[in-house]
Amino acid sequence: MQNVMGIINLNLGQDLLKELTMGRPLAALPFGGRYRLIDFILSNMVNSGMQNVGILVQDKYRALMDHLRSGKEWDLARKRDGLFILPPNPNPYSSGGCRGSVENFYNNLDYIESSRQEYMLIAGSHIVCNLNYRKAFKFHKDMNADITILYKEYDAEDELSQYTILDCQPDGRISDMGSQSSRTSSRKVSMEMYLIEKGLLVELIKDCQARGGWDFVKDVLIKNIDKLKMFGYPYKGYAARIDSIKNYYRHNMDLLRPEKWEELFFKSGLVYTKVKDEAPVKYKENARAFNTMIANGCIIEGRVENSILFRGVKVHKGAYIKDSIIMQKCEIAENAIIENVICDKNVCITQGKWLKGEKNYPLVVAKGTIV
Amino acid sequence: MAWVENEWGIYVMRKKECIAMILAGGQGSRLGSLTSKIAKPAVPFGGKYRIIDFPLSNCHNSGIDTVGVLTQYRPLALHSYIGIGSPWDLDRRDGGVYVLPPYAQEGGAEWYKGTADAIYQNLNFIDMINPNYVLVLSGDHIYNMDYSLMLERHKKQKAEATISVIEVPWHETSRFGIMNTDEQGRITEFIEKPKEANSNLASMGIYIFNWRLLRKCLEDDRKNALSSHDFGKDIIPKLLMDGHRLFAYYFKGYWKDVGTVESFWEANMDLLADEPELDLYNPNWRVYSVNPTRPAHYIGTTAKITRSLVSEGCSILGEVEHSVIFPGVHIEEGAIIKDSIVMPYVTISRDAQIYRGIIGRKSLIEEGALIGSINHEGICVIEENIIIPSDAQILENHMISKQKQVG
Repeated sequence: MQNVMGIINLNLGQDLLKELTMGRPLAALPFGGRYRLIDFILSNMVNSGMQNVGILVQDKYRALMDHLRSGKEWDLARKRDGLFILPPNPNPYSSGGCRGSVENFYNNLDYIESSRQEYMLIAGSHIVCNLNYRKAFKFHKDMNADITILYKEYDAEDELSQYTILDCQPDGRISDMGSQSSRTSSRKVSMEMYLIEKGLLVELIKDCQARGGWDFVKDVLIKNIDKLKMFGYPYKGYAARIDSIKNYYRHNMDLLRPEKWEELFFKSGLVYTKVKDEAPVKYKENARAFNTMIANGCIIEGRVENSILFRGVKVHKGAYIKDSIIMQKCEIAENAIIENVICDKNVCITQGKWLKGEKNYPLVVAKGTIV
Repeated sequence: MAWVENEWGIYVMRKKECIAMILAGGQGSRLGSLTSKIAKPAVPFGGKYRIIDFPLSNCHNSGIDTVGVLTQYRPLALHSYIGIGSPWDLDRRDGGVYVLPPYAQEGGAEWYKGTADAIYQNLNFIDMINPNYVLVLSGDHIYNMDYSLMLERHKKQKAEATISVIEVPWHETSRFGIMNTDEQGRITEFIEKPKEANSNLASMGIYIFNWRLLRKCLEDDRKNALSSHDFGKDIIPKLLMDGHRLFAYYFKGYWKDVGTVESFWEANMDLLADEPELDLYNPNWRVYSVNPTRPAHYIGTTAKITRSLVSEGCSILGEVEHSVIFPGVHIEEGAIIKDSIVMPYVTISRDAQIYRGIIGRKSLIEEGALIGSINHEGICVIEENIIIPSDAQILENHMISKQKQVG
């Protein structure tokens, strides 16, 4: 897949996670013990053999740049190609931010046009999965498709009202797409991952911009559904869509099931992330851990159950952490009890405090708070 | 790094003040099967590190950015581990890490015949950089030390050589090079492994030399057919005899030579104290290493784990007590690991039991196997890539290697 360039479009689902995405883009949200959301899509692209990846950033991207730096950890610090940050280009004639993905693409068309690759893979960072794109790319070429959209089929009980649903013919050709309504019973949800030939993408973006459209799905895809050969490609593995605090919590907790842990972190390639050189986890005399995921640099003296601890967390004597997500460098002091809580980075829960959220409404403690 | 004035009177960074030379060529034969495939400095230590991470990290943390690593015995793992030195921030435009194995010259090829000879054979490397001072280190000690303080002391004393020393228990003095000093810290006497010692200041094998002096001394030593070309045995006594200014630098803190299986095992166990002497968690003094790409480790519902170090990528369903577990280790339900060191990517199957064991990389301990015993003091060492069949029993003080594999 050296002939495919990756574009990670961060103009998707930005502010859905309230406190957690206040100071950082969704892509830089910590996930699964030692990762940021963007690690998954970046690793997927690299593990599929892609060597040129551009990231269309929106706002608040300092945290992301700090995480990615030269791209060395993903083997993307290269002499040619490699990792590129494509910043937004403030439009002097419009007030406010970017009007939609298409504007982002348009502002960076030069970079896209001058790339050596013939194909593009466009994706967001909000879906956590371990996906190798080689088969989807083969499918794209075999079908002679103009655009291939990866989708995941959900069960009947899943709530799909906010997603883009695809209607596919038996051969995979997409006949209709849009939000869920009475018009369709399809449960095929677009993963917002698109394979497309570079020339066609450039043409579509220019065309769309000229007509005043800004939304990639509405103005580029749906408007051209009859003119272009669009195909759906089914993805059947683990995929966690991070679009609300509730889902963020639920999908993190899913990783405590060994088969999910195995599938996300090992099955079709390893997941790369920024190295922090933390020492191994230290379990002291009174430590108790049960059904828990713990990243390096933690020091455990208390009790941890059904929880995920990120790098460098300190759990003091008598502290009890249950069903919670504790991000980097938090400190849980003696005899503090927390349950169903998400602690953002650098939170300190002082001695003897008792914090409790609900499973379907976890309590979020904002970055740097001292409770 | 020294700032040097250029011809226009502007201070530009040019000359290296001090470089480090790490002696990493030893076999470490007393570590038995732990070093049958790799050099001692490459032996895994402390749940994620290799021994050489400690001197390399010390160099980085002390502001030394040019390091020569002298290798000889089974260097592949060591060379590929060090790479271009990026994990220790030693991939630098000017300087960085240089791996220096023996090489052939017009007169033929020769091995490094001793620690001093190894430096002698790389005179051209040091000349190329032309530092004021050379710091000589050994690649097989576990300690955190700020060499910049030692260098400061060296300069302040106007010393020609400074040797770092540590107080050792009196009954162990016969294992070390022992030093006597006057009130100023000037070394008056140096005896290698004395039977009767009148001081308990032991050399840590860490030396700072003025490069001009060392260069001359190494050249003289080379010509001496009776010399064993060793720093402790030949160079230091010679310098002392010739009346040079040799000073001791007193080091306080954790320092361990992991030369034997017992001391290697002990040094690992030392890390498991609730407040160990060697701090791996100091954000201002990180120990750097090559990090494996592995997720946070998973502790299952059937696991029990206390007084232990566990690294990334492990999944632990059994019982772990007072042990060091390296990355990617799987411990199945019902297994019991106690007082042991389990190296990367080992699998320990159901109901297997390990007491005071050192299990080499990628070995597989099958169901119900027993290694060591609760009541004994001896340490069992299992080499890398070994399969211990189910229900096998290996008693204490055994070394299992490919040649004498059981089953």
